[in-house]
Amino acid sequence: MKKVSTDTRYVIIGNGVASIGAIEAIRKNDKTGSITVLADEKYPCYGRPLISYYLEGMTTRDKMDYRPAGFYAANNVKLVLGSPADRIDAVSRKVWCGDSEYAYDRLLIATGSSPVVPPTAGYEDVKRKYTFNKLDDALELEKVTDGTTRVLIIGAGLTGLKAAEGLYPRVKEITVVDMAPRVLPAVMDDESSGIIRSYLENKGIRFFLSDSVEKYCDGYALLKSGAEVDFDVLVTAVGVRPNTRLAESIGCVTERMTESGRPFRGIVVGDDQQTTVADVYAAGDCTLSYDVTIKNTRPLFIQPNAYMQGETAGTYMSGGSREKREYLPVNAGGFLGLHVITAGAYDGEPITVRDGGSFHRFFIKDNRLRGFIQIGEYSRVGILTDLIRREADLEGVDLASLVRHPNLAALGMDYVHSVLGKEGA
Amino acid sequence: MKRVYVKEEWCLGCRLCEYWCVYSGSGEKNFPFAFDKGATPPAGIQVEEVGPVHFAVNCRHCDDPLCLKGCISGALSRDGYGAIRIDKTKCVGCHTCIALCPYGCIVSGGDNMPIKKCQLCAGRDYTPQCVSHCPNEAIVFEEE
Ligand SMILES: Cc1cc2nc3c(=O)[nH]c(=O)nc-3n(C[C@H](O)[C@H](O)[C@H](O)COP(=O)(O)OP(=O)(O)OC[C@H]3O[C@@H](n4cnc5c(N)ncnc54)[C@H](O)[C@@H]3O)c2cc1C
Ligand code: SF4
Ligand code: SF4
Repeated sequence: MKKVSTDTRYVIIGNGVASIGAIEAIRKNDKTGSITVLADEKYPCYGRPLISYYLEGMTTRDKMDYRPAGFYAANNVKLVLGSPADRIDAVSRKVWCGDSEYAYDRLLIATGSSPVVPPTAGYEDVKRKYTFNKLDDALELEKVTDGTTRVLIIGAGLTGLKAAEGLYPRVKEITVVDMAPRVLPAVMDDESSGIIRSYLENKGIRFFLSDSVEKYCDGYALLKSGAEVDFDVLVTAVGVRPNTRLAESIGCVTERMTESGRPFRGIVVGDDQQTTVADVYAAGDCTLSYDVTIKNTRPLFIQPNAYMQGETAGTYMSGGSREKREYLPVNAGGFLGLHVITAGAYDGEPITVRDGGSFHRFFIKDNRLRGFIQIGEYSRVGILTDLIRREADLEGVDLASLVRHPNLAALGMDYVHSVLGKEGA
Repeated sequence: MKRVYVKEEWCLGCRLCEYWCVYSGSGEKNFPFAFDKGATPPAGIQVEEVGPVHFAVNCRHCDDPLCLKGCISGALSRDGYGAIRIDKTKCVGCHTCIALCPYGCIVSGGDNMPIKKCQLCAGRDYTPQCVSHCPNEAIVFEEE
């Protein structure tokens, strides 16, 4: 373990789960160093994905905090709420929030991501317009919607559909517009996407796909296709962009060029989550993550990664080290009762299993499971996620059994012993 | 910490452990009451079979619990004993943990309902009921 002095000053910018992961890891190694968290939002860390569940009435404000009350005090963390960091000097090792100055020995940038709002004619004049990323967005939407409200959502990705789900029981009408030809374009193929779309259409949600807003007019949106959609409240959820400005300002590398010539934005970090600037670390949505399914880095805006990267950063910041983490896209969630879990990459040979109303599709390449899509009823799918992550050879694996009901026996008794038996543990 | 380990050479596949698990988690005093509302196994333990071989699969209460680290609500936590516990009032049933547990040890509780998982019978003095009631000692509760 690298030596860390007992009075190390840790400063963390951002108060999402990446920040929580870092705090928990730092305190495992270092009980005495000072930890200061600078938070733009005015709340202790809450489960960001819960904002749709809150609107839907499936959780309450007091159940949304990510850690129990007293977490910050118990970990001796100074939490500065409503205080966005606006400047870093990596030479004198200081961070500023307005006039307040915070000196650091190790800095973590965990600033997350922000919604993208595409420039559209008339947008500025729309009175009730929101994005869907923060608790405040949900609290505002709660105020401005009732049983008469017609909502227009731009974006049929995970966030857009989660916004639709959250608002569904509260409002009169929901219309979703997306440029892509299908819903959940990033995590579904055509057929699976079609299942979700028809399910939601049957619930009364209206979709305009392969379409976009030409301009916002008084009380309605004019689409490129010529259609007009009346609305009272607009929610833009077309995607997010990593918050890299502060990192960029101190010279961190904040993008990677891809083979296609299109850059991926996000702070570039090593396996220890350190940026290209010494003693400055980054974790979560603001970074590029190593995706084992593409063997390269890319933006991965999912909470498990954010926590684990924060944890890795905290471990190294406090002088520890750990095994390299393998990340991959994993998404789970329900849409008005229809549950979906997806993981990995969708290349290779698809195998499809349908039973009852459920749909399971697996992608296999070079005798390895690469990805899957599960809709409806499923069980124990983490066994599959683990196969993808480990890039396990399917030689000797009972694939037929695995795709019907994921189980450990299908992986062979040696594997079972290694994970469940005493000698393996 | 003590964990539940499987000795599959002794497992009869009787699935009593699955029923005792449901009962234990129900908080009911009497065994049959636990099933009155239609509760069915599995919950925290499940028996697998391959041909003549059976074995029970139970949460590892992992040193690196991916379920806890991926949970979107903070509903999963490690208790003082070391067990990975679920706060049913916080869980929103998103199933991220089901997508992450490498051994398939988390069971859906249904739409918008909390998930089910092994709590090591924390409410029963950490005396796992599956182990106490296995007629053939095919699961044991022991230190590593
Ligand atoms: C509606 C919605 C649903 C989602 N659902 C899921 C899901 O089901 N599963 C899943 O895995 N992921 C989901 N996600 C994504 C998940 O929430 C993110 O991946 C995760 O929150 C990233 O954590 P983070 O700590 O990196 O960043 P964030 O949670 O974004 O936290 C960063 C924090 O830093 C603050 N900050 C930014 N700049 C500064 C500054 N200069 N100074 C101080 N503070 C600053 C921000 O205000 C924010 O509070 C969802 C996201 C949304 C919006
Ligand atoms: S539920 Fe799975 S991931 Fe979580 S502690 Fe148990 S075995 Fe480990
Ligand atoms: S289902 Fe519950 S415990 Fe599992 S990740 Fe979602 S909120 Fe957490």
